[in-house]
Amino acid sequence: MYHDNDRSKMFSRRALILGGGKVTLIGALAARMYYLQVMEADKYAVLAEDNRISTRLLAPPRGLIVDRNGIAMAVNQHNYRVMVVAERTPSLDYTLDALARIVTIGDGDRARIHKEVRRRRSFVPISVRENLTWEEVARVEVNAADLPGIIIDVGQSRHYPLESLGAHILGYVSAVSESELTEDPLEELPGFRIGKGGVERIYDMALRGRHGTSSVEVNAVGRVIRELERKEGEPGVDLSLTLDVKLQEYAAQRLGDESAAVVVMDIHTGDVIVMASTPSFDPNSFNRGLTTEEWKDLSTNPRSPLSNKAIAGQFAPGSTFKMMTALAALEARDITPEMRVFCPGHMQMGSIKFHCWKKEGHGAQDLVSGIKNSCDVYFYEIARRTGYEKIAEMARRFGLGAPTGVDLPNERPGLIPDKAWKKKALKQGWYPGETLVNAIGQGYVTATPIQLATMTARIANGGFAVIPHVARDQIAEKSVRSRINPIWASLDVSRQSLALIRKGMFSVSNEPGGTAYKARITQEGMWLSGKTGSAQVRRITMREREGGVKKNDQLPWKERDHALFVAYAPDENPRYSIAVVVEHGGGGSAVAAPIARDIMIEVQKRDLARVAEGGTVSDPDPRRF
Amino acid sequence: MLRPMPRMPSRLNRTEMSMRDKVWQINWSLIAVLASIAGIGFATLYSAAQGSLEPWALKQMIRFALGIGIMIAVAMVDLRFWMRNAYFIYAFALILLVAVEVKGTIGMGAQRWIDIGFIQLQPSEIMKIALILSLARYFHGASFQEIGRPIFLIPPLLMVFIPAGLVMKQPDLGTAMMLVMSAGALFFMAGVRMWKFALVIAASLGSIPVAWQFLREYQKKRVLIFLSPEDDPLGAGYHITQSKIALGSGGMFGKGYMMGTQSRLNFLPEKQTDFIFTMFAEEWGMMGGLVLLGLYSLLLAFGYAIAIRCRSQFGRLVAHGITTIFFLYFFINTAMVMGLVPVVGVPLPLISYGGTAMLSLLFGWGLVMSAYIHRDVPISRRGMSDD
Repeated sequence: MYHDNDRSKMFSRRALILGGGKVTLIGALAARMYYLQVMEADKYAVLAEDNRISTRLLAPPRGLIVDRNGIAMAVNQHNYRVMVVAERTPSLDYTLDALARIVTIGDGDRARIHKEVRRRRSFVPISVRENLTWEEVARVEVNAADLPGIIIDVGQSRHYPLESLGAHILGYVSAVSESELTEDPLEELPGFRIGKGGVERIYDMALRGRHGTSSVEVNAVGRVIRELERKEGEPGVDLSLTLDVKLQEYAAQRLGDESAAVVVMDIHTGDVIVMASTPSFDPNSFNRGLTTEEWKDLSTNPRSPLSNKAIAGQFAPGSTFKMMTALAALEARDITPEMRVFCPGHMQMGSIKFHCWKKEGHGAQDLVSGIKNSCDVYFYEIARRTGYEKIAEMARRFGLGAPTGVDLPNERPGLIPDKAWKKKALKQGWYPGETLVNAIGQGYVTATPIQLATMTARIANGGFAVIPHVARDQIAEKSVRSRINPIWASLDVSRQSLALIRKGMFSVSNEPGGTAYKARITQEGMWLSGKTGSAQVRRITMREREGGVKKNDQLPWKERDHALFVAYAPDENPRYSIAVVVEHGGGGSAVAAPIARDIMIEVQKRDLARVAEGGTVSDPDPRRF
Repeated sequence: MLRPMPRMPSRLNRTEMSMRDKVWQINWSLIAVLASIAGIGFATLYSAAQGSLEPWALKQMIRFALGIGIMIAVAMVDLRFWMRNAYFIYAFALILLVAVEVKGTIGMGAQRWIDIGFIQLQPSEIMKIALILSLARYFHGASFQEIGRPIFLIPPLLMVFIPAGLVMKQPDLGTAMMLVMSAGALFFMAGVRMWKFALVIAASLGSIPVAWQFLREYQKKRVLIFLSPEDDPLGAGYHITQSKIALGSGGMFGKGYMMGTQSRLNFLPEKQTDFIFTMFAEEWGMMGGLVLLGLYSLLLAFGYAIAIRCRSQFGRLVAHGITTIFFLYFFINTAMVMGLVPVVGVPLPLISYGGTAMLSLLFGWGLVMSAYIHRDVPISRRGMSDD
């Protein structure tokens, strides 16, 4: 057995080699363990926590919106939802059948539920129906024993108790669309609604509040094992508006079925007290989800209920613009108040004849009577003397031709045309005749009702650049600060000129023969000074003029004049300005002025009533005169 | 007859041993180490079931008890019996392998086991032991001159590659590789020349591109994912990525028994079988892992000591062969869960939940024990005691 001894020696030798190899490999395992569990331990610890902990967002309640007297305009309602958890039902269809005997479930809902059940993990609750009534909730709860896997969940949904009242100012809420995504993580919550339109949109960030978080431990398939930490969020800021819903309601009723807009504002503070645009819409329907039919109705209605005409309707201001022409000429000293212009019913310029609204003419007119009678020829003449550039500059000073800066989205700028604009937009030079046409608020000039109310406020407050607003407080991204009484910039217009304009406006409403004399306020201390406007929307041909101009009520709605009226009150010590525009309403004096009168009476009555009740109505502006 | 002085002169000739002698020779320390490792396994399976004996820990304990019984029974049987019957056992294992192959072809898809009622028998597990036995027998009587002849190496090579091919076809790449590697180690220990190994290794490295073509799609994918698991963290790379997270987050001292978040929350796949080491090391940290590696190494040391101490070449080769198989099991498994080698289905020996591997490994250790008990029994070329 010599060889066996040899083999034994070789075996031992080779065993040493292989054993050494194995020890080396085990050493490699230990080194790898050291690398993973000591050197890289922190990295993997973080990854393990990421795996384990899932952070869920808690939606804060959206801020409420109230009017200036604290009346609720937008609130949050409990939205009772019935949900189904597929894994807790013995049979989904069986459970849904049982549920359908208690609350109605549409076939479409059923198909959607089945689809979602297939798509999601079986422990995720799936919404069966939303907005259950309290009665339905009670019925489900009572039958809970027979409804395995059915749970009731309470969410919040936005509700506008006043429905269409003030809808344009409030706006509405609805689901976030792709293009509206910001950094706010709340937007990722299913069913999260953001503000669209109105103050809901412009103060959306403040109204939303800050999200809370709930850290939960989840397993590999995402099932929640337990809650680890909960951080409550901050509820949204409550917003109080300058609007008075009672007056708003009155104004909306007074406008009735017209396609119209009214703005009433405080001439000193800029508080918008009434802003109505008719017809309106019910913002609740957006939250609920519009049916195709509802949407078609809203979007194709020629009176455009979705648009807030008070800030987005651009109308030719007509004669309400004449104050700007007069002020421009007065301030430039191109005319004196006493200077008289004879009105024969038209004015000839070159080969073109420019007509006054009164065919037979007004005779000799000075500044005050020119305004009182709204004599077109008087304003043609002073515009010709002072030139269009000065008129445009004055109009811009009073807030026309650019957004006023009211805290609402989608405000339109209107238009104060000039040579540069015309060259750019129409590639044409400025014709002298256009000076005349635009000087009486026709032609290219357009303005929004809020611009006209602001313009009137600036005339009435002695030439200060008041800016309208609808939120009582100053609201930044997430903070709220009281509005301190603002010191508005001066418009640099002489008191004398403004006094003359106001004198003219007073005579419009309070002197016999004034264009709005019939719509005057007779109650002592509430007198109103105003200016009518009727803006033509069609061209009156020579032929028609010869045959007699058609009366508005003979024309189809789309061709009728826009009726306008701007005013302030009370006359002695002005506090409020108003602008009324009735689209295709006919004449300013016949249609718009009475509306303005009625609303201004209500506004002033309400104010007086509050003083009588011992309310805290005080004079906020020392510059009042 | 030159031989080192025997320890017990009274038992110089151990040709015939009584049962009493054999029982006295049982290596209890070896059994203690095996039981310690299995005990760690029970505790880990208990934790994997979130603190419950069901469904894994209890069954595993029963299997281990059964396995220890089998091991001692195997150890009591004369080593010469195993040598005499080595080829029969091999043939039996081969028939079973072919049987699953046929059954798998008739049935649907890959099938690796035969259901024999109380247990699902994996022929490939039996083949691992049977191959060691039959190769050990083949080389037992071979002289250096014979081993030096290439033609002499053809029968054992066939013995290796026929079952390896069948297993590969199942397809079970891990087991096929284990068969080839353990056989390679045995060839080496039997005295096959070093340069032949160098030649074979060079040739197989050269043939990798060719072999690649024969891999199944999912096998290719596993290799690719092993090379960069982060490419597909939620797909096929998920297992290895989550395993590394679990290991790494365990840190030096672990998250505590039954507190492993990765395993408790099911991020860790297959935590009771192939990835059980990860779960153990997540809860016990690197320290726990090193203790386990230490126990395995101790077992290896036992195996080597027994192999070297053995008087017969058959005993040496069997003891070393079984030890090597055991090493391959735990090395491939732990290296896999640590991301050192591709994911292959190799369980952690004595710890992973599963019957066949446990029983076949303890059967193997029974052979090692038998080699220990019969270490001084000389065996002739044909398996009879000579002298």
